[in-house]
Amino acid sequence: MPGLLQLGLLLVALAVVYKPLGDHMAKVYSSEKHWRVEKAVYRVTRVDPGSQQHWKTYASAVLGFSAVSVILLFLLQRLQSLLPLDFGRGPVPVGVAFNTAISFVTNTNWQSYVPESTMGHTVQMVGLTVQNFLSAAVGMAVAVALVRGFTRSGTDRIGNFWVDLVRGTIRVLLPMAFISAIVLVALGVTMSLKSGVDVVNPDGSSSTIALAPTASQEAIKELGTNGGGVFNANSAHPFENPNGWTNLVEIFLIMVIPVSLTRTFGVLAGNRRHGYVLLSVMGAIWGAMLAVIWWAEAHPNGPAALLAGAAMEGKEQRFGIAGSALFANATTGTSTGAVNAMHDSFTGLGGGGTILNMLFGELTPGGVGTGLYSILIMAVIAMFLAGLMVGRTPEYLGKKLGRREVTCAAIAMLAMPTVVLLGAGAALVLPATTGVLNNPGEHGLSEVLYAYASAGNNNGSAFAGITVTSDWFQTTLGLCMLFGRFIPILAVLCLAGSLAAQKTVPRTAGTLPTTGPLFATMLGGTVVLVAALTFIPALALGPIAEALA
Amino acid sequence: MTQLFKQSAAGLRMLLLLTVITGVLYPLAVWTVSRLPGLEANAEGSVVTVNGTAVGSELIGRDPVASDPANDPWFHNRPSAGSTDALGPGDPKTSGGSNKATGNADLVAKVQERVDLIAKREGVDPAKVPADAVTASASGLDPDISPAYAELQVPRVARVRGLTEDRVRALVAEHTSGRGLGFVGEPTVNVLGLNLAVKAQG
Repeated sequence: MPGLLQLGLLLVALAVVYKPLGDHMAKVYSSEKHWRVEKAVYRVTRVDPGSQQHWKTYASAVLGFSAVSVILLFLLQRLQSLLPLDFGRGPVPVGVAFNTAISFVTNTNWQSYVPESTMGHTVQMVGLTVQNFLSAAVGMAVAVALVRGFTRSGTDRIGNFWVDLVRGTIRVLLPMAFISAIVLVALGVTMSLKSGVDVVNPDGSSSTIALAPTASQEAIKELGTNGGGVFNANSAHPFENPNGWTNLVEIFLIMVIPVSLTRTFGVLAGNRRHGYVLLSVMGAIWGAMLAVIWWAEAHPNGPAALLAGAAMEGKEQRFGIAGSALFANATTGTSTGAVNAMHDSFTGLGGGGTILNMLFGELTPGGVGTGLYSILIMAVIAMFLAGLMVGRTPEYLGKKLGRREVTCAAIAMLAMPTVVLLGAGAALVLPATTGVLNNPGEHGLSEVLYAYASAGNNNGSAFAGITVTSDWFQTTLGLCMLFGRFIPILAVLCLAGSLAAQKTVPRTAGTLPTTGPLFATMLGGTVVLVAALTFIPALALGPIAEALA
Repeated sequence: MTQLFKQSAAGLRMLLLLTVITGVLYPLAVWTVSRLPGLEANAEGSVVTVNGTAVGSELIGRDPVASDPANDPWFHNRPSAGSTDALGPGDPKTSGGSNKATGNADLVAKVQERVDLIAKREGVDPAKVPADAVTASASGLDPDISPAYAELQVPRVARVRGLTEDRVRALVAEHTSGRGLGFVGEPTVNVLGLNLAVKAQG
C-alpha cells in the first residue's frame, strides 16, 4: 500500500508538470527569437542560426558533432594524468576509454569501469557531465526534426541542428538540472571536489570514504536519461541516492522529459490528442511492466531469496522492494540505465521484465527525444500495417506513407534487434564469454543478452556481474551502441526530410483517425508484437527459463 | 563529405563552448551554492564527528568489527559484497553488489552461512533472522538495517553493554526513521548513529 501511494505521488507530480513543461518545450523548438546568450554562442562558434538545413545537412551536423565529441572525450580520459583533480588515477586504459567515449556520446552511459578508482573529478565534470547534457539535447533535436517533417509542407528544410542543440541545452536541460542538483544536495546528495574523507570508525579502525561532485551529474544523469554514475554502485550508492525522497525525485527526473515530450508533440502537431494517444500507449505498457517487475520481486521463487525470506540481495534497505521495482521499471522503460538496485540479482521474471523493457525499443516512454521518435517510427509501421489490411495508401498526420517513408521507418525499427541479436549471438558462440559470466546456467545467458540489449538500445544498465573488460566486449558493445544510436537517427532524419517535402493531404472520410483508442490499440499491439516476434526465442532461453525453474 | 567536414568543424567549436558552459560553469555553480550553510555538510558527505574526530558518514554503512566476538557490543550492518567473508565490513573507497542471481548455488550457500552465523551470534532460531540481515546490499555500503534486524540485536547489545533492553530499545527507536509522509521509502534504522548512541551510554 505505501508503495502504491509512492507510485501515485510520482504520477501526480508528472501530471502537474506535463502541460507547462510540454508547452515550454514546444515553444523552445518553434520560437523565432534567440536569447542573448544564445546569440553570443552562435557568434563565437560562427554558426548561422537563421539558416534552415536540408536533412542531409542536419544529419551531417549530428554525426560531425557526435564524432568530435567521441574524440574529445577519448582524449580527456587518455590524458587524465595531465588534468587537475585526477588523484593519481592515471590515464584510462584504451579499451575502457574507447567504450566510455562512445557510451556517453550515444546517451548509453554503460560503465565498464569503477569510477572511484578510474575517473578523476575533472574527467567526470568536463568530460562525462558535458555529454550527459549534449547527448540528451541531440536526442531531443532529432525528435523535433522528425515532428517538423510531419508539420511542414512542401519544403526540403527540417530546422537547424545547432539551434535545436543549443536551445535544448540552455533552455530546457540546464535550468532543470541546476534546480534539481540543488534540491538533491538539500536532501543529502554529496557535491564535493575532494577525493574522499578519512574517518576513524567507532570500532577503532580507519577508513577512507570516497567523495565526488555527485549532485551536478546526478541531476542531469537522470534528467537526460543518461545513467552514468560517479560511483560504481550508481544510484544505489547512498551519496547518489540517500533516502526515499531522493529516490522518488530521481525517478521523477528520469520520467519527466520523455513523458512531457508527448505534449510537446501534440502542441506542435496542432492537436494535443495526438500526444495523448502516444502517452496512453507508453503508459499502458509501462504500467503493465511495472506490475510484472514489482510482483516478481515481491514474490520471488529463487532458492536464495526464499532462504533469505525476501529478494533483498542487491537492494538497499531504504528503497525496499517497491522503491527498487519502481526505479528499475523507470530506468529500463526510458533509456536511462541508472540503477538503485542490482538488476543481476533480480528474480528471473523481474530481471526479464527489465530486459523486455529495453527490447521494446526504449519507447515506454523511452529516452529524451529518442523515445518520441522511436514511438513515431512505430506509429508509421502501425499505419503501414493498417494500410495493408484495408488496401489504402497509409497516412499519418496528413502525410502519405509511401515506399520511401516506410523503408526509413523499417530501417530505424530493425537496427536495434539486428545489433542486439547479432552481438549477443556472436558473444555466445565465440569463446568470448568463457569465464566472464558471474552466474551459471540460463542466468548467464541473460547476462549476455542484457549487455547487448542495453548497448543496442543505449540504455546502459547491466546485469553487472558480467565482466566486460576484454577487448571483445569493449569493442562489440561499443559498436552496438554506435549502430543502435546512429542508424535510427539517420533513418529518422531521412524520414523527416521526405515527409517535409510532401504537401499535407486533407482529411477525408477514408482517413483513419489517429487520435482515438483504435489507433492506440493498433500502435500498442504493433510495439508488443514486433518485440515478441523478434525476441521471444532469446528470452525463452534466458529469463523465461529462469522464471519457470 | 565536405558537408560532414564543415559541420564537424562547427561541431568542434560548439562542443568546446558548450563544454565550458555545462562542464565547468554548471558544476562550479552547483558546487558554489552547495557551500551555503545547511547544504555544505550534506555536500561533503554528511560526516559525523565525535569530540572533533570524524567517525564516519551518516550515509555510509561500514560494519563494525568486535575485538572479542564472544562479547560483541555492536549493532551490525547488512552484509557487503565488498567483504571477502560472509559477514564483515566492505570498503567505503568503492561500492557495488554481489550481482549473484537468486538461483546461484554460491549465493544460496552464502545466505545459509549468514543465517547460521547471525542466529548463533544472537542466540536465536535461524527462522527469526530477517532478509536484510543475510543479503548483500546493492551498494555494499547500506547505512541502514530494518527495524526487525535491529530488534534481533537488542538483547545481545544490551547484555554486552550492561544496559537494560528497554534502554537500548529506546535508542533504537530514536534512530529509526519511518517512511516519508507514511509512504515514501522504507523504515530504516541508522546503524552508525545507533552504535554511537549506545557506545556513549556505557
